[in-house]
Amino acid sequence: MAELQLKSLEKTYGNGFKAVHGINLEVKEGEFMVLVGPSGCAKSTTLRMIAGLETVTGGEIRIGDQVVNDLVPGRRGIAMVFQNYALYPHMKVRRNLSFGLRLKRQPKDQIEQSTQVVSNILEIEELLDRLPKQLSGGQAQRVALGRALIKEPDVFLFDEPLSNLDAKLRASMRVRITDLHKRLRSEGRPATVVYVTHDQVEAMTMGDRICVMKDGHIMQVADPATLYERPANAFVAGFIGMPEMNLVPAVLSSNGAARLTLAGQTIMAGPDLTARLQTADGAVTLGIRPQHLEVLEDGAAEAFSGTISNLEFMGHEVNVHARVGDATFVAVVPTERFDTTLQRGDKVGLRPIAARLHLFDPETGENVSLADQNS
Amino acid sequence: MVSYSELPNPAHNTGDAPTQLEIKLRRKARINSALRYTVLAVIGLIMVYPLIWLVGASFKTNSEMFSSPGFWPSEPTVQGYIDGWKTSTPYTFGHFFLNSLWIIIPKTIGTAISCTLVAYGFARFEFPGKNILFATVIATLLLPNVVTRIPQYLLFRDIGWLDSFLPLWVPSAMAGDAFFVFMVIQFLRAIPRDMEEAARVDGATTLQTLIFIVVPMLMPALISVCLFQFMWTMNDFLGPLIYISSVEKYPVSLALKLSIDTTEAFAWNQILAMSVLALTPSLVVFFMAQKYFIEGISTGGVKG
Ligand SMILES: Nc1ncnc2c1ncn2[C@@H]1O[C@H](COP(=O)(O)OP(=O)(O)OP(=O)(O)O)[C@@H](O)[C@H]1O
Ligand SMILES: [Mg+2]
Repeated sequence: MAELQLKSLEKTYGNGFKAVHGINLEVKEGEFMVLVGPSGCAKSTTLRMIAGLETVTGGEIRIGDQVVNDLVPGRRGIAMVFQNYALYPHMKVRRNLSFGLRLKRQPKDQIEQSTQVVSNILEIEELLDRLPKQLSGGQAQRVALGRALIKEPDVFLFDEPLSNLDAKLRASMRVRITDLHKRLRSEGRPATVVYVTHDQVEAMTMGDRICVMKDGHIMQVADPATLYERPANAFVAGFIGMPEMNLVPAVLSSNGAARLTLAGQTIMAGPDLTARLQTADGAVTLGIRPQHLEVLEDGAAEAFSGTISNLEFMGHEVNVHARVGDATFVAVVPTERFDTTLQRGDKVGLRPIAARLHLFDPETGENVSLADQNS
Repeated sequence: MVSYSELPNPAHNTGDAPTQLEIKLRRKARINSALRYTVLAVIGLIMVYPLIWLVGASFKTNSEMFSSPGFWPSEPTVQGYIDGWKTSTPYTFGHFFLNSLWIIIPKTIGTAISCTLVAYGFARFEFPGKNILFATVIATLLLPNVVTRIPQYLLFRDIGWLDSFLPLWVPSAMAGDAFFVFMVIQFLRAIPRDMEEAARVDGATTLQTLIFIVVPMLMPALISVCLFQFMWTMNDFLGPLIYISSVEKYPVSLALKLSIDTTEAFAWNQILAMSVLALTPSLVVFFMAQKYFIEGISTGGVKG
């Protein structure tokens, strides 16, 4: 088990397309690192470079204290689980599991024992004599997981392993994988994991830390809570959280206390935000999560006055869409606190909870309201 | 495909007596299919008639051959087979069969191995000049065989390979049959690469990946390649004719011709009898491997 380091890692494809722009990332020994980002942000490319399935065109990959740039995949001490399982179609499950060990010419009884242990952990004992085409998606993915596990690798690599499964199965596999990770840790052989997904629920629930990527750049690496509460930039803020954070252009003017102006309306942002500010007056992007936007009666103090444009009843909560000037805000209101007389077209007051308010630089997207805490 | 005969399905009107319309439809469907099958049967019969005649005639006596038009021999005899087998040469026909096998088997194995290697290279690896090389392979596919006969002949003559099987084996064993290379490439392209990548992560070398992962997945295509090669080589006349000069090394195709050449009054019954025998290996092999064969040529051996 070892730590993994990416140093100024770059990838330029054969057609000249630069997919990865010099990223730096450190995954600690035994850490569960999730790579997340929108489609095409080079998550898979990065993972495949770590695996050795893509050549590295710049920078360095270290596993443990060894630079593995030029090692073949089999020598890197890694195991990988693919999105579409990639089981060997002509081999029984048993042989699929042991293929790697047999290549290493391990003694037969040892292979047999490892197969037994792994299939026991993953509950696939009854499937050992089946062919991959006789398995369901969930079973196949468990076998694929077993094929990685049996090698006892230093680093586990997952490329969207659950995205071919239905929602229910995905949830149970999610738990299974994290349980497995914890179990290995408690058994004293912690597994370093790099897990690629585009699903933020997977990212938030599984990762010890999350690396948010965009267009071949790393936007932020942090634990789930930090990512949610202190997004480093507007991209991370918008990417993490459901529904998306409201990101609206506004004007900041602080003379003594910070004030925000939007569509001709000005509110006091409160001392908390004032203390956190790292920017001069002028244009900013205001960011507030739908959960942190209070819906009040029109004319309430320190609230923007808006018009309801849509109401979505979600069961335990209601999404209120409201327009303020050209901007649209979404607020999430718990159903029991929702005023059921509200209708589309009604006027409401929208008050951001000042402590949860973020301001971003409209140009760079950087969060300029993080100063007070130790970062 | 939905046909009329499927429409009036009794399962749909359980218990109810068929209505007037249904009876009419059903009758129409029956007449329709009777008509269809008659036409198909007649056309099919016309197509296989020469073959049926060949088999029938091989049991006729030589004198009956052209006197009665039917295919059924009036006095069936296996004399044609007995005499034909002896041949007019010092060798029996069995000897020529062995020669044919001795040409076919190394050639087929060589083709399968070399085509797999070359196709794997083209389908899975990037290397300088790949496009030009691939274009060359495809270009040879379009080149008529005749064009290369003479240069090839001169080449093999200079190496001193005339009157040996080498000119028949070597080009195929070096992936000279572009058609097969192309066929395997197309098949490989339809197979996702993930399995091979998984094998590499599992620690397999390129060669191990090829042998343990790719070849098993390619099996349907490879069986088709072998079948084609078997049948084409069995029936190849020109190749052996050009390169093989001593009767001792003749394959079946030349031996058949031999019996026409050397006899003054053609013993047609013998020729036909040996033709029937010459057909059998291809037919047997084809029917044995039919399932894989069809899977192989209808490309794309991956199922969901
Ligand atoms: N072989 C290739 N040649 C050229 N460009 C490529 C190649 N493979 C991927 N790319 C490009 O690199 C970028 C990153 O691709 P990658 O597959 O890593 O994205 P991803 O983050 O995994 O996306 P997804 O979530 O859709 O899987 C994309 O813009 C893609 O078009
Ligand atoms: Mg991907």
